[in-house]
Amino acid sequence: MTRVWLLLLGAAATLGFAMVVLVVLPGALLVRIEPSAGLAPYGEREARGRAVYIADGCVYCHSQQVRDPSFTSDVDRGWGRRASLPADYVHDAPHLLGTMRTGPDLLNVGARLPDPSWHLIHLYDPRAVVPWSIMPPFRHRFELRDADAVGPGDTVVPLPAGRVPEGQVVVAKPEAIALVAYLLSLRRDAPPGAAALLDVDSRFWCGQGDEPRLARRGEAPAAETPR
Amino acid sequence: MSAAPADARREEIAIRASADASSRAPVLVFFATAVAWLLFGSLAGELASLALHWPDLLGFASFLTFGRIRTAHLNAMIYGWASLAMCGVSLWMIPRLVHQQLSWPRLAMAGAALWNVGLVIGIGGILAGRNDGLEWLEMDRALADPWLVAGGACVGIPLLATLARRTVDHLYVSVWYVIGAFLWFPVLFLVGNWPFGGVESAAVNWFYAHNALGLWLTAVNVGAAYYFIPKVLGRPVYSYQLSLLGFWTLAFFYALNGMHHLIGGPLPTWMITTSIVASVLMIIPVVAVAVNHHMTVVGRFAALRYSPTLRFVVIGAMAYTAVSLQGMFTALREVNRITHFTQWTIAHSHVGVYGFVTFVLFGSMYYVLPRLAGREWPSARLIQWHFWLSLGGIGLYVVALTVVGVLQGLVLLEPSAPFQRSVEVTIPGLYARSLAGLVLGAGHLLFALHCAALLRAPARRAMPALLEARPVVVRDAGAVQEPAS
Repeated sequence: MTRVWLLLLGAAATLGFAMVVLVVLPGALLVRIEPSAGLAPYGEREARGRAVYIADGCVYCHSQQVRDPSFTSDVDRGWGRRASLPADYVHDAPHLLGTMRTGPDLLNVGARLPDPSWHLIHLYDPRAVVPWSIMPPFRHRFELRDADAVGPGDTVVPLPAGRVPEGQVVVAKPEAIALVAYLLSLRRDAPPGAAALLDVDSRFWCGQGDEPRLARRGEAPAAETPR
Repeated sequence: MSAAPADARREEIAIRASADASSRAPVLVFFATAVAWLLFGSLAGELASLALHWPDLLGFASFLTFGRIRTAHLNAMIYGWASLAMCGVSLWMIPRLVHQQLSWPRLAMAGAALWNVGLVIGIGGILAGRNDGLEWLEMDRALADPWLVAGGACVGIPLLATLARRTVDHLYVSVWYVIGAFLWFPVLFLVGNWPFGGVESAAVNWFYAHNALGLWLTAVNVGAAYYFIPKVLGRPVYSYQLSLLGFWTLAFFYALNGMHHLIGGPLPTWMITTSIVASVLMIIPVVAVAVNHHMTVVGRFAALRYSPTLRFVVIGAMAYTAVSLQGMFTALREVNRITHFTQWTIAHSHVGVYGFVTFVLFGSMYYVLPRLAGREWPSARLIQWHFWLSLGGIGLYVVALTVVGVLQGLVLLEPSAPFQRSVEVTIPGLYARSLAGLVLGAGHLLFALHCAALLRAPARRAMPALLEARPVVVRDAGAVQEPAS
């Protein structure tokens, strides 16, 4: 090559083409996605909890996506009753789909583990409740206090005996409580319900095979399927 | 060529000397700060690795929690070590290749300063819990990223200005890759940081992250390999046609690869399939470059025993072929359902960013630094140690995590196997990775000390620091042809 303009234009054209295919086109099409049934925007506390989830890098070990049962064991493992859909993520900015499962998927952790105390214990001292866990402790989201310095508004973490020094208690900071609120809000496995989700559009978006598989095998949202 | 008239040869040497003199100061600053980030990134990576098998080790400090220190490691290595070193190599190669002095070297120096300020703010922010939430784009888009954009522009503009004032007609293949990279990366960085939501945010995230690998890290380092392999061997690149084919198909197919990070995810299937097809088509640029490099070296492999540059760069080029073929294979749905979400991916990314990118950058710096310092490397033995620690460390790293990654993936596919099992099978690999990290870190420390010794110590050596002191390689060094043809 001897022409700089050819190099620059060619380089711009290849990247431009990819941007049209993978950014502009999906952007133009995805705006039509409605939230899935019962999916509300995050409340203030959940949103703060989501920010803590991002700040402490939970996403580097936990995914938030349930894949199709024909493809993986995500559903059989109990991580959700159906594969997740674009409609499940409309309130997520940025996305937290994740790329690692050093820990389990969390898309439906609120349905699976609904006890806030369990989460507080687990975040402060993972091995107090899951002995084989390799999750780091998030002690900086808690305070260690003398037992007599606890006020009425404080959330004391009910740790098992021996996990905290004698005469002291662990109090959850507001950000730990917010993080747990966010985790409990993670439930994205309501039956997709609305017939609109099962029409040609969603097959176009989500099908792994010939038909959209939106429920666990053997379960029957089939009545809602127009076909 | 040795047949060339002595005048022409003297002129060529003068052009090269003048090009090197013009880029000397900014290149040294970029290299020095790159090595500092390499050391920081090694420490952060080792701590992150230890945290995975000794999870309570770092629980005492918020900034050392795995999710933060791991992210500091990635950003320090990609945007600190690799990107700064790549800016240095680019600033050094382009003036030589277009037979012109570097334009505005002081602007490039300012670029190094701005980029480093951005890194300190961005990585400090990550450790303090300021994270934009997108993998590969964690640095604060308001506080850190503007410094990086300004710093990058201060490197890109002098490069383009130098190119505009070129005194050669033909653009050597390395120029295509470097100029392409400096055009692509700012566009990608802007698009990647654009605040999208929902699954579109995931699509754009991986569009960016994969292209940061493909059109930034890969492009500059393939360009560097195209420069140093023929340069050290003193023979031209095997095929111009293959160079052309490799460059344009890389530009076209790599840019479409990103969605293979989301296979099985809640995205339109056609997007993911597009990326899988493009990933498989990557065989064209990868084989074109591999054949071109191999045929350039073939018959001269013995030179790897003597030249530190050639040894690092050729192994880096081989790792590029390996990691690309592995990536194609991993993008196939049937393979991906096993390997996705496992340590396999971590091993794969280190074949790319370490085996390929870092090896090519080490090789480049072994060639460039003595020419800028005006003296030879103090110790051939230190280079040997650095080489074997790097190769041994990355070998252990990749084998260990690849094996446990497959085991982990197979357990995860088996619905009756408890999740606990998928954690337990990885533990031996995680220990091995911490050991590998120590080995790699030791190599980096030796390299950093050697660089410091080269820049500070008075010249002691009359001969190049060849790894085996037999006078076989290129006795008539001045006669080696510039690959600008």
